[in-house]
Amino acid sequence: MSATSTAALLEGETGAWELVVGLEVHVELQTATKMWCGCSTDFGGPANTNVCPVCTGQPGALPVANEQAVADAALLGLALGCDIAEVCRFHRKNYFYPDLAKNYQISQYDVPLCHDGRLDLDVTTDEGEQVTRRVGIERLHMEEDTGKSLHVGESGRLHGAEKSLIDYNRCGIPLLEIVSDPDIRDPETAQAYLRELQAIVRTLGVSDARMEEGSIRCDANVSVRRPGEELGTRCEIKNLNSVRSLGRAVRYEARRQIDVLEAGGEIVMETRHWDEGRGVTETLRRKESVTDYRYFPDPDLVEIHSSRAWVEQLRARLPELPAASRARLQQAGLSAEQAATIVAGGLLALHDEAVAAGAEPVAVANWCTGEVTGQLSSAALTPAEAGLTGAHVAELVALIDDGTLSTKLAKDVLAGVIEERGAVPPAEVAEQRGLQQVSDEGELQGIVDEVVAANPETVEAIRGGNDKAIGALVGQVMKATRGQADPKKTNELLRAAIEA
Amino acid sequence: MAADVTLTGLSASELAQRLRDREVSALEVAEAHLERIAAHDGVEAGGDEWVARDADALGERDVHAYLHVTAAAAREHAADVDRRRAAGEELAPLAGVPVAIKDVLTTRGVPTTCGSRMLEGWVPPYDATVTERLRAGDLVALGKTNMDEFAMGSSTENSAYGPTRNPWDLGRVPGGSSGGSAAAVAGRLAPLSIGTDTGGSIRQPAALTGIVGAKPTYGTVSRYGLVAFASSLDQAGPFARTVEDAARLHALIAGHDPRDSTSVRETAPDVLGPLREGVEGLRIGVVRELAGEGYEPGVERAFADVLERYERLGAEIVEVSLPHADYALAAYYLIAPSEASSNLARFDGVRYGLRVDAATAEEMNAATREAGFGPEVKRRIMIGTHALSSGYYDAYYLQASKVRTLIARDFAAAFEQADVLISPTSPSVSFRLGELVDDPLAMYLNDVATVPGSLAGIPALSLPAGTAPAPDDPDAALPVGLQVMAPLLRDELMYRAAWALEQDLGPLAAPTGPSALEVA
Repeated sequence: MSATSTAALLEGETGAWELVVGLEVHVELQTATKMWCGCSTDFGGPANTNVCPVCTGQPGALPVANEQAVADAALLGLALGCDIAEVCRFHRKNYFYPDLAKNYQISQYDVPLCHDGRLDLDVTTDEGEQVTRRVGIERLHMEEDTGKSLHVGESGRLHGAEKSLIDYNRCGIPLLEIVSDPDIRDPETAQAYLRELQAIVRTLGVSDARMEEGSIRCDANVSVRRPGEELGTRCEIKNLNSVRSLGRAVRYEARRQIDVLEAGGEIVMETRHWDEGRGVTETLRRKESVTDYRYFPDPDLVEIHSSRAWVEQLRARLPELPAASRARLQQAGLSAEQAATIVAGGLLALHDEAVAAGAEPVAVANWCTGEVTGQLSSAALTPAEAGLTGAHVAELVALIDDGTLSTKLAKDVLAGVIEERGAVPPAEVAEQRGLQQVSDEGELQGIVDEVVAANPETVEAIRGGNDKAIGALVGQVMKATRGQADPKKTNELLRAAIEA
Repeated sequence: MAADVTLTGLSASELAQRLRDREVSALEVAEAHLERIAAHDGVEAGGDEWVARDADALGERDVHAYLHVTAAAAREHAADVDRRRAAGEELAPLAGVPVAIKDVLTTRGVPTTCGSRMLEGWVPPYDATVTERLRAGDLVALGKTNMDEFAMGSSTENSAYGPTRNPWDLGRVPGGSSGGSAAAVAGRLAPLSIGTDTGGSIRQPAALTGIVGAKPTYGTVSRYGLVAFASSLDQAGPFARTVEDAARLHALIAGHDPRDSTSVRETAPDVLGPLREGVEGLRIGVVRELAGEGYEPGVERAFADVLERYERLGAEIVEVSLPHADYALAAYYLIAPSEASSNLARFDGVRYGLRVDAATAEEMNAATREAGFGPEVKRRIMIGTHALSSGYYDAYYLQASKVRTLIARDFAAAFEQADVLISPTSPSVSFRLGELVDDPLAMYLNDVATVPGSLAGIPALSLPAGTAPAPDDPDAALPVGLQVMAPLLRDELMYRAAWALEQDLGPLAAPTGPSALEVA
C-alpha cells in the first residue's frame, strides 16, 4: 500500500484525462442547543417551535457562541489531524434569503478554527487492489444552518409557488464546513472520504451524520485535466443525497466535461444540480457574476482563543478513531470487510463488549455483521435502542457453542431479545419461549420412532438406496419439535431406526 | 387626587428622597408627568396607551418627545411601588421615579419603532436587558421616545414620525439621535431617560438641550435588545438634569450580561462612590484638535470659562493631542454605515414590521425596504454596502478600522498625561428645524467632537456649561455642552469632574423666552 498511489486515468477519444475532485462537507452538530441561543436542536418538531428572538433575527437580539459546539468542532479538527487556530473569529456572510433570518450568515472567513488536516483512506481500485490514499483538509470552520422554505403551489419549487412558508427550527443549528484539498482523483476515493468522515463524526458522537436527514451534506467540486497540466475549470455539484449519488454524480460529471472538452467546447464555472432520477447534472446557476458576500468581522461576537492546554485536554478526549478500530479488529482475526462493517455500522461497542465478556472475536463478528445487523436494520433500531448489549451477544455465542441452541434457534432468540428491548437475556428468552434445542435422546427417540412408523414408503425408499429421501424424515422430526431437534442427533437416530 | 405640577421640576434624587420619606406617592409623581405630557407633547391622551399624533397634526408648540406613552402601565407600576413601600418592603434607591426609554430598546408588549416606518406596529416579544434593569430598579416607565430613524442623525428630524422640538426654543432641534429622550428630560416630561450613543447620540442632544447625558464605556451596558445601528459602537446611557442623577441611572443599567458577547466581565465601575471627591490635583487634558475652526465663538467662550473654573477648583490643566482625531469622522462614517448595512438587512418584510407585497420574495424585499426606510437610512446602507464590497473593502472598511486603532492609541497616550479629557460636546448650539436637513455633511459635523471617543470605546459625558447665542440670533441664550472623556472602565472619573463643575456653575436656569417651552 502506498499513500501516493496514482489513480486510474479516464480514457477519452483524444487521450487520457485526469479527474480532480474536492469535497465540501457540512455537518450539523448534535449539541443540545443552537449555535447562538438556547433553543433546542431537536429534529422533526412542529414548524417554528424551537425558535426565539435570537434565531429568528428579531431586532436587538444578539448571538452568544455555544461553547460545546466550539469544543465539538475542535475535536473533529483534531481527529482530522488539523491545527487549531490559537485565535479565530466569526465573520458575517451577507446575502438576502428568506430562510436566513438575519439576512447574513455568521460564518468563519479568514481564520477558521481548524486548518491543514488530512484523511487517509483505504480504497479498493477497479482492479481490486487495496490502496491507501491521503486527502488533505484545507479547513474546518464553524457556521450556522438556515431555516427551511416550503413552497406551496403546483410546482413545489420557488418559481411558480403561490406562497412560501418558512420553518426556522433549523435556523442557527451549529454547522461545520469541512473543505478538502483537490486531492481526489477517482469517484471511489470521493465516496471513501465521505464514508470515513461520517464514521469519524459518529465515533466522536458530535453528529448522527445522516445524509437522508441532512445532518451531513456534501457538495463536490469536479474538474478534469490532461495528466500533469494545470487544474481545469471546475463545476460545483449540489444535491448529493447519498454516498452512492456522490459516486454516480462525479462519474457522470467527469464524462460530461471530457465530452465537452473533446468536442472543442469550454467548461463554464457554475453550480450544477444532480438529478438522481435521471442520473445527470444540470446547470443551477452560473458563477461568472460571483456573489459578493461582503464578509466582515461580526461585531456582535468576540474572538475565540484556544489555549494550548484546552486543545490538549480535547486531544486527550479523542476516542479510538475508525481506522485504528479497523486495524485492531483485523489483528484479532476479522476480515477487512467485517472490520469495516462493524466500525461503519456502529457495532464496535457491541463487538468489544461481547469479546470482553469472553466470546471469541470472529464468532462475535460473524453474528454482528450477519444476523444482528439484519435484524436491527429491519427493525430500524440501533443496538442501544434495541437494548442489545455485548453480554447478550456473548451469551448467544456461548449457547450455540454448548449446543443449547442451533444457529436457527439462536436467531429466534436474538429476535426475542430485541423484542423485549434487552430486558430478558438470551438464555431466559430461550427457556420462556421453549426454544432450547431438543437433544435429549429419550425424547427425540420417541418422535423418530413415530415418524419412521408413519412413513413406511419413505423408509423403504431409503433402504432401497435413495439416501436423499432421509431429508423428508428429518423435516418431519423438525416439524414435530418446532425446529428444536438437534439436527445431528436426529440424523443419527433416524438412520439407526431405518437400519434396524 | 390633583397632581402636583411642581413635582416635574424636581430631580430624580429629590423625587426619590420624597418618595422614601412618603411625602409623595409614586402614583402622584407619575400623574404629574403624564399630565404635563398630555399638555405639551402632542399625544392623543386618554385611555391606556397614548400615541403621538401624526406629524402633520402636531402643533408648533408640541415637543413631540414621546412616540408612545404607556399611561396605564405606568400608573399600575407606580401604584404597585406605593403598595410595596407601604408594606415596608425594601425598595431600590430610585423606586417610583419615572423614566422614558428611547424607542430603539425593545419593550415586551410595547411597540418599538426605532423612529422608522419599517417597524410601525411592531410589538417586541422580549425586553432589552436595559428595560429589564429599569424594571428591576422599579423605575416607572412612562413611554418610548422619538429618535432619528434607526439612530441615524443629529437632530431627530430623521424620525419617520416627525421631529422633536427643543424645549429651549421650540423652533430648534434637540439634537439627535436621542432627541426625544433629551427633550423629555429638558422639558420636564420625565426626570430621567435612556438614550443610545453611537457617535454622539446621547452627548450632542444633552448639550443642545442643556442636560447631562453619558455614554458609558463600550461593553459595560448590555446591548441585548438595543436594535443595532453599529454594533461595535452602540451603547445605551442615561439622561438626567443633574450629574448625580445621571450617575445613579448609569449605575442601575450597567453590569455584565451573558446575553451580550461584547459585555465586559469586569464589575462595572462604581460611578457614585467617588462622585463628590472634587478635582483638586486632577489632571484635565484639553484636546488641541477639538477646538478652533468650525466651533462657534459662543461655544468657545463657554469652554474658556470652564477652563478658568477648573483651574480655580484646583485642577491641573494640560494640553494634549489626539493626532489622528482629524480622521475620526471619516473613519466613523465608513465603519458605522458598514455595520448598519448588515444590521439592517433583517428588515425585509418576511418576519416582522412592514411588508409591501409583490410577485416574488425578492421584489417584496426590495419594495418593503424602498417604502420602509427614510433617505438617511438608505444613504448609509448604500455607503456601507459599498465600503464592504470586494475591491473596496481594503480601501474603506479595513483602512477605517486601522484609523480606529490609531485613535484608540492616541487616547491611551493622552490618558498618560491627563486623568480626563475635555472639549466642547458640539461645535454649535441648537440649530433651527430644517436648517441642516438637506445638507448631510454639515449635519455629520455635529459629531466631530464626540466621534473620536466613540471609536475608542471610552466613556464620555456631556454636561451643561453655560449658554451662548446662536449664529442666527445674537440675543438667544442656548445651552452649551462640555464633554468630559475618561479612560476605558474609568467612568467614575468623568462623573467626578462633571460634578465638581456642576457645583461651581450652579443649576442651569430653566428654558426661558417666548419660543421656549413653559416650565412651571
